[in-house]
Amino acid sequence: MTSTQSNQITQGKSIVRTVSSARQFQNSFMSGLITFGTVIVLIPLFLIVGQVIVNGVSAMNLDFFVQTERQMSVLTGGGGVLNAIVGTVLMVGIALMIGLLVGIGSGIFLAEFSEHPLVPLVRVMSDVLTGIPAIVVGLVVYGLLVATKLTGYSGIAGGVALGLIMIPIIVRATEEVLKLVPNSIREAGLALGLPRWKVTISIVLPAASSGIITGAILGVSRVSGEAAPLLFTSLGNPDLVWNLLQPMGAMPLSVYNLAFKALTPAQNAQAWAGALVLMLFILGTNILARTLAKQR
Amino acid sequence: VISQKRPRSMTSAADNTFRNIIIALASVVLVAVVLYGIILIRGGAPAFMREGLGFIFGLEWNPGTEKFQAFPFIAGSFFTALGALIVAVPLAVAAALFIAEYAPKWLAVPVGYMIEMLAAIPSVVYGLWGIFVLIPVVRGFQVWFVGITGLDWTPTGIGLLSAILVLAVMVIPYICSIARDVIQLVPNDQREAAYALGATKWEVIRYGILPYARAGILGGVILGLGRAIGETLAVTMVIGNSSEIAKNLFSSTATMSSLIASQFGEAGGTQLSALIALGFLLLVFSVIVNLLARIVITKLTPVGTRL
Repeated sequence: MTSTQSNQITQGKSIVRTVSSARQFQNSFMSGLITFGTVIVLIPLFLIVGQVIVNGVSAMNLDFFVQTERQMSVLTGGGGVLNAIVGTVLMVGIALMIGLLVGIGSGIFLAEFSEHPLVPLVRVMSDVLTGIPAIVVGLVVYGLLVATKLTGYSGIAGGVALGLIMIPIIVRATEEVLKLVPNSIREAGLALGLPRWKVTISIVLPAASSGIITGAILGVSRVSGEAAPLLFTSLGNPDLVWNLLQPMGAMPLSVYNLAFKALTPAQNAQAWAGALVLMLFILGTNILARTLAKQR
Repeated sequence: VISQKRPRSMTSAADNTFRNIIIALASVVLVAVVLYGIILIRGGAPAFMREGLGFIFGLEWNPGTEKFQAFPFIAGSFFTALGALIVAVPLAVAAALFIAEYAPKWLAVPVGYMIEMLAAIPSVVYGLWGIFVLIPVVRGFQVWFVGITGLDWTPTGIGLLSAILVLAVMVIPYICSIARDVIQLVPNDQREAAYALGATKWEVIRYGILPYARAGILGGVILGLGRAIGETLAVTMVIGNSSEIAKNLFSSTATMSSLIASQFGEAGGTQLSALIALGFLLLVFSVIVNLLARIVITKLTPVGTRL
């Protein structure tokens, strides 16, 4: 017994020796390189989050949340971004209504009417929509609502642009969760004599609601950081407005203007504070959506 | 899912209404891309008509003389996107391999999470960081580089190189998450077979996993290209937005999207139309890229590893 054991050990050793030192070196070298690459990827995340927090906190005060950009002074800063916070909330609200209506509708189409001949095409188009740059959507809504004077530069136009960006996100989330709802539930509903629309609306959708909510939160998280489509639609506004037919400010637009268009350090400092507010909101909603998704 | 052949009843009218509403909502998704195209063609037509093929191949963009030829920006978009991919792809694949093959679970999960957080940071925040942190660093590197090479490249920090670096950071999470998914879908047989032949860990990856995951990774890279070309504000904030074609890696230039963002405010007449026409080119390009990525992923991936 001991002799066979030692025999196995020597055999094991001889196998190890056949891995030449060049191959062993290559193996360790690639492990090192891959780990190093991962560290390089993570460095910008820590730098960006760290610098936004440090610079943002030092430029933040109560006025930042209760005053408007109209009250900002070029030289001394001051004022706040209340106009932008309100604008973002209103426009993301409009976007959410559009996104939920069309997104859930299309998701139901893809999952519940899967025998319909248009299903594959709608699915491809939804994927294609995901890849269309936000700035292109902005130009489209400019052509549709702003240039035609239907709404002009306005909160509605901004909300529609953000809504169009949100639609494919909610379509995908809805389709995926609806497909997870077991067929036996649908059959049970139909067996009770319920019409099909009632089965979908009062049995299937409630069963899938947490997944749809997750998708909606992800959609909100995604569009609240978008400034490019708002440049041509909501335009931006230093005053606090509630009228959806007027030009309207938004958080990402304020950060863009304070960082890129403004010329003084005082305004640049406020750009960091704006970025902090925006980033906390977006990372917060993003993490919330992921936590909800994991609980399912 | 459910057969349509139910007995006709009083509810069929309501069912039909419901069905029509759902189809109407889905048709918004169905026609959106075509509608986008029509609106942008109508807006861009005056510029297309005026410049003809020169709009795509001409070099001169000058609102003063009403000349609108977009080649410098088409080139700018491709240079920045290509540069970003050259930087991003090896890093994204390395991170994907680390998460899927090397890291223990307690490390893989948070690392994967953090890389996905990179995708959630808004474009303007990248731009802000680019202006105040990255550009000074790049400028320092450029001063050093010009000093030792004696090239006549102007070291301002603003320009192609900074745009490439910001874009690289922004597309890494997209490529990484797709690469990670396809690597995790490679059947364990592949790994075990390679180990049984006496392969080292790297040889398992090199000969057992990467060939299997190649198509999926390529699809992810193509999607990353689409992201990089469409990315707007972060690039606008660091590239300098000059109307000239980039002469070297340090040049200030513009991409299609950064030009639209930076000139739209002052544009009217033909210039506005030319910017909308650029938007149409972006639309066409993003649609092609997306369809191409889908085809690559579904046609080239070995059966059993479909996403």
